[in-house]
Amino acid sequence: MNAQEARASDIRVDLLEIARIITPGSTVLDVGCGDGSLLDYLVRERQVDGRGIELSAQGVNSSIAKGLSVVQGNAEEDIDFYPDQSFDYVILSQTLQAMKRPDRMLEQLLRVGRKAIVSFPNFGHWKVRLNLGLLGTMPVNRTLDHPWYSTPNIHFCTIRDFVNLCKQMDIHIETTMAIDARGHRMSFANLFLANFLATQGMYVITRK
Amino acid sequence: MIMLFSMDEKTDAETDDDGLAEVVTLGRDNPLRLDSGKVIGPFEVAYKCWGKLNRDRSNVILVCHALTGDHYVRGINPITGKRGWWENMVGGGKPVDTDIYYVICINVLGSCAGTTGPASPNPETGKAYGLDFPVITIGDMVRTQAMLLDHLGIETLFSVIGGSMGGMQALQWAVDYPDRVRTAIAIATTWRHSAQNIAFHEVGRQAIMADANWNHGRYLDHKERPHAGLAVARMAAHITYMSESGLTSRFGRSLQDRDRLAFGFDADFQIESYLRHQGISFVDRFDANSYLYITRAMDYYDLSAPHDGVLAKAFQGTKTRFCVVSFTSDWLYTTDESRHMVRSLNAASARVSFADIDMDKGHDSFLLEGGEMDGVVRGFLNSEADVMAEELS
Repeated sequence: MNAQEARASDIRVDLLEIARIITPGSTVLDVGCGDGSLLDYLVRERQVDGRGIELSAQGVNSSIAKGLSVVQGNAEEDIDFYPDQSFDYVILSQTLQAMKRPDRMLEQLLRVGRKAIVSFPNFGHWKVRLNLGLLGTMPVNRTLDHPWYSTPNIHFCTIRDFVNLCKQMDIHIETTMAIDARGHRMSFANLFLANFLATQGMYVITRK
Repeated sequence: MIMLFSMDEKTDAETDDDGLAEVVTLGRDNPLRLDSGKVIGPFEVAYKCWGKLNRDRSNVILVCHALTGDHYVRGINPITGKRGWWENMVGGGKPVDTDIYYVICINVLGSCAGTTGPASPNPETGKAYGLDFPVITIGDMVRTQAMLLDHLGIETLFSVIGGSMGGMQALQWAVDYPDRVRTAIAIATTWRHSAQNIAFHEVGRQAIMADANWNHGRYLDHKERPHAGLAVARMAAHITYMSESGLTSRFGRSLQDRDRLAFGFDADFQIESYLRHQGISFVDRFDANSYLYITRAMDYYDLSAPHDGVLAKAFQGTKTRFCVVSFTSDWLYTTDESRHMVRSLNAASARVSFADIDMDKGHDSFLLEGGEMDGVVRGFLNSEADVMAEELS
């Protein structure tokens, strides 16, 4: 019997989209792995060799209690200590916008991993634009669930911003996914529509 | 967790909490060459066991004790009359579960609780070694433990776990015997003694050696013991085991059995009285020369030394899975030291879990009941047992 065993139904739908991308048996580093539910799922269902970094003590303790190789630390400082190209995939799920320097983090993700999977809340979503444009206030909703003064999310970006940054940094976008409010993948990849309708952007990126 | 370890009725190794320690003589035919180049043997090693050894001997967990600890992890300690030092961690249903694992704790070389140390008789003279006892290292302690396990027919350790100096041994085990150690749990410990660590130990040693009763280490030939010096050494060390916030909340500036300052040098403050008590009660159970030798072994400890100071190289290629635990208020072996170990393990692509646990009781937090350490250790061991079960099935 295993009380902590993760099932598809136990993890967020958008995390399942990430899991689908991962080749079974590969090596994975989850940066900002939270309570370890994605990593646990990957270890059990995709047989990956998984590692994680997590800032919150609570997340670390529950990850280790699940049996995961997770270390307590600040991702932006600790990722420097991982060897070059030591993972098949490095995951940065819903964390890019909380980084002090998202550009440097992307640089590190692709130094440590052969591929990086990055997802972030889309600040270009029409509701956000409506909020800002009509009400004139910073949006607070399900994906952006903190008021502006206490949010850990200090570098919001839109899907178009992210695509522009990748261009600027000479990063190759292998897969583009627009994710809707329920966490499901949307059927189109048109940049304008995605930037207007998706609540999350999810990208698989590599070095050119 | 999957019931992995099938119990074998025929195995003989089972002892209960209050059973006597086992003592074996080792190194009679093959004396042990120490890091100093000196040779020791024969010597005695004392140890205690709990739980049942399974058929394929794959359920052994070695618990390593700290500077002034011993092998009485559970049950009544015959030297002090008190309960074992890690009953909250080791036992039936505890994180290190003796219903599942065969747990062994070995008294370190140089100690005074059963294993040969400076107070033991020197086979060459028949008198206590005193300062003729060779200077030892953490590596030497681990080597004697490996000799004992060889003697017991135990090849691999499911885990080696320890706090403080016990954690140093756990890491040394993983570095020196990578094929024998499946997992290592290093709690409230470090990868090398820092200048500050050495400095505090030197204060303690100087206090002992400044006591006229120390007699250049030959006090066992006389009536008096260097109790005053040893007590001061313990008092100084004990401060490093606590934290300022812990001391403030427990003692503050409270006075001891008085309403006002006495304008003298009695123990006016509760903290003074507490420290004096710690010092006085320590001398009854610990040998002054053992204190010199074991603190020296800790000062000499530096896992990076054979690798030009690059700790990651010590772990290169390791298959051992590591669990590192530090405490936010531990200023003896700080979170930063643990973080350096973890980063070095990551640099070596080792599998490592690391938790920095928020407790305000300083270094000694690792001995305390409850808190998040239990869940971390339990989860770490359980998951590896699951992995091993899958390998076997």
